[in-house]
Amino acid sequence: MKLKKGIPVIDQGDRLGFWGGKFGGNFVPETLKKPIEDLEIQFNKLKNDKNFIKERDRYFKNWIGTPTRFIKLNNLTKYVDGAQIWSKIVSDANGGAHKIYNATVHCLMAKRSGKKVIIGDTGAGYAGKMLSMAAKKFGLKCKIFMGAKDIKRQQPNVKAMKKNGADVVPVYSGSQTLVDAVSECMRFWVANCDTTAMCVGSTVGPAIFVRICGWSTSQISRELKVQLINEFGEVPKKLKLYNCVGGGSSSFGFWNEFMDYNKKQVEFIGVEAGGPSKSKRHAAPLTYGSKIGILHGAAQYVNQNSDGQIEETESISAGLDYPGISPLHCFLKDTKRARYTAASDEEALKAYQIVTKFENLRPSLEPSHAFSVAIKEAKKLSKDTIVIVNSCGDAYKDRGILEKKLGKRYVKSN
Amino acid sequence: MLNPISLAFRKAKNEERPALLTYTVAGDSSKKQSLNILKAISNYADILEIGVPHNTPVADGGQIQTSAYRAIKNGIKMNDIFKIVSDFKKSKNSKPVIFMGYYNMIFQYGENKFIKKCKKSGVNGLIVVDLPWPENKNFSKKCKKNSINFIQLLSPTTSNKRLKSITKDSHDMIYYISMLSTTGGKLKVSPKKILTNYNKIKKISPKKNCVIGFGITEKTISNFKNTDGIVVGSQICKEITRSLNNRQNPVINVSKMVSKLRNKIL
Repeated sequence: MKLKKGIPVIDQGDRLGFWGGKFGGNFVPETLKKPIEDLEIQFNKLKNDKNFIKERDRYFKNWIGTPTRFIKLNNLTKYVDGAQIWSKIVSDANGGAHKIYNATVHCLMAKRSGKKVIIGDTGAGYAGKMLSMAAKKFGLKCKIFMGAKDIKRQQPNVKAMKKNGADVVPVYSGSQTLVDAVSECMRFWVANCDTTAMCVGSTVGPAIFVRICGWSTSQISRELKVQLINEFGEVPKKLKLYNCVGGGSSSFGFWNEFMDYNKKQVEFIGVEAGGPSKSKRHAAPLTYGSKIGILHGAAQYVNQNSDGQIEETESISAGLDYPGISPLHCFLKDTKRARYTAASDEEALKAYQIVTKFENLRPSLEPSHAFSVAIKEAKKLSKDTIVIVNSCGDAYKDRGILEKKLGKRYVKSN
Repeated sequence: MLNPISLAFRKAKNEERPALLTYTVAGDSSKKQSLNILKAISNYADILEIGVPHNTPVADGGQIQTSAYRAIKNGIKMNDIFKIVSDFKKSKNSKPVIFMGYYNMIFQYGENKFIKKCKKSGVNGLIVVDLPWPENKNFSKKCKKNSINFIQLLSPTTSNKRLKSITKDSHDMIYYISMLSTTGGKLKVSPKKILTNYNKIKKISPKKNCVIGFGITEKTISNFKNTDGIVVGSQICKEITRSLNNRQNPVINVSKMVSKLRNKIL
């Protein structure tokens, strides 16, 4: 299995949509074959269409507010006393997280194909919130599927979705989290694909959704590359990019532009959710060696039992609480381009406390996982190493959990 | 020699009626009970679809999900499901059996091992909901080699070009999904429209037995008397749930229901 240079990773799949011959694909009911094929044709055309790119960039700039900041975390760097710690503040984006890029592209595409309704899944609520924002912006009706457990633990985002006019559909099946929300959303699409567009909230699902999402979030690394050159005059010689990985949309987008660099120069570190340290359950299929299986239309490493039933996950972070992982990350793992590890709930909470103590930055529980590993590893790295953490979400949505776990003083409002 | 599935269709045709196919989930609500249900309904049904329960089913509606979750919760495993089939096949009035499920269960078992085990326990056909054409080409060839019918699915969204390729690669039986829906949805298109599509398929592929499924209930089944076969699934699963909720015997209730279904298409 080999990563090709000079070809975008999203376009490195084979004819049937498999990366490295075995990750991804289209394991979908016959009914979805046609709408997926339509979407493929549309996307393959649009991604090379200058007018579409212009339109996308205009919305990215004027509405999402790109570029998001790239800043040095001076106090944290002093505290760590090792590598320099920087952060790409993707949570600056309109809505407070990277999910806005994919949501905007899907709505632009839905609008062009004449669809009136767009549906989506959500875990932490960001994908849903952003889709509801974009749908409102582009005049589409919006329906968001969300696990009942997640609705309880991510109330601020649920409120935002409803305010944007979206219909939030609670999903009570299975573990009542993201995995069930995605299943339910796909089921709804099976029954309504003639009138409805579907947006999968991460780089997961049938191959076309993986590609569209990866293409959209790659905005993050496009900006970062320019910012690095402005700051250092070049892409630094020792660069390490830390990102949390749930489905894998923010990390893929954070890394994409640097794919062809030697990994000794630009290393990618993906941090999965290890779950509570006392629990055997986790959401880290790459770290803990889960087997390849089929989930939501794609072959991937996935937590499952020997029969092939998908296992329940556990994580304090709703956005990472997913038993599978993007086929793109499976591919990056097996080609050894990226390295994957996990942080536990407790480690993420501790990292959140450290970051908020030293910096005027409040990463949500998802990027707190990445901060945890970055802080730990940066201590042992040389001063000329540039560590960058993608702060891809804001902690506002986590205030309930943070208050419960850490006490009121950690949830000062903005 | 005709395979048991084709034979069942021929028998129904000789009696001038469509074949009746039922769908129940293996292990719902227990191994023993699901076996007893199979034995009871095989007095009235021609072919029995047995659902292999999976916990992230992307094409099943509420009723079948409920049945599947119930079976999984009660601990059903793949090998138990094979055992149910082989026990059923030993009963005196057994009928052809088709497994219906999701690809991950086969993938984890190992394709070759799965097919071998199907053969050994008496499974006659396979419907793999999320392994569409052309992704299923290799697997369906393997099935054919082992005299297991791989049943291709067609839907209202299937283009004519695809229809031709899929039917060409299909074995003796094909399955037409009546409408855009998960299983158990209310029939939202007219039977006339469904039959138009059905006839289109039959014209392209007259020799293959084509069944219609999704949204078929006691109320709608009689519209499809002039087809090769009809599948009823969700309504049966719902009846099992209803019986359990009312502390009644699902075996008796389901068997009554299937007998009624049979009478409606005579």
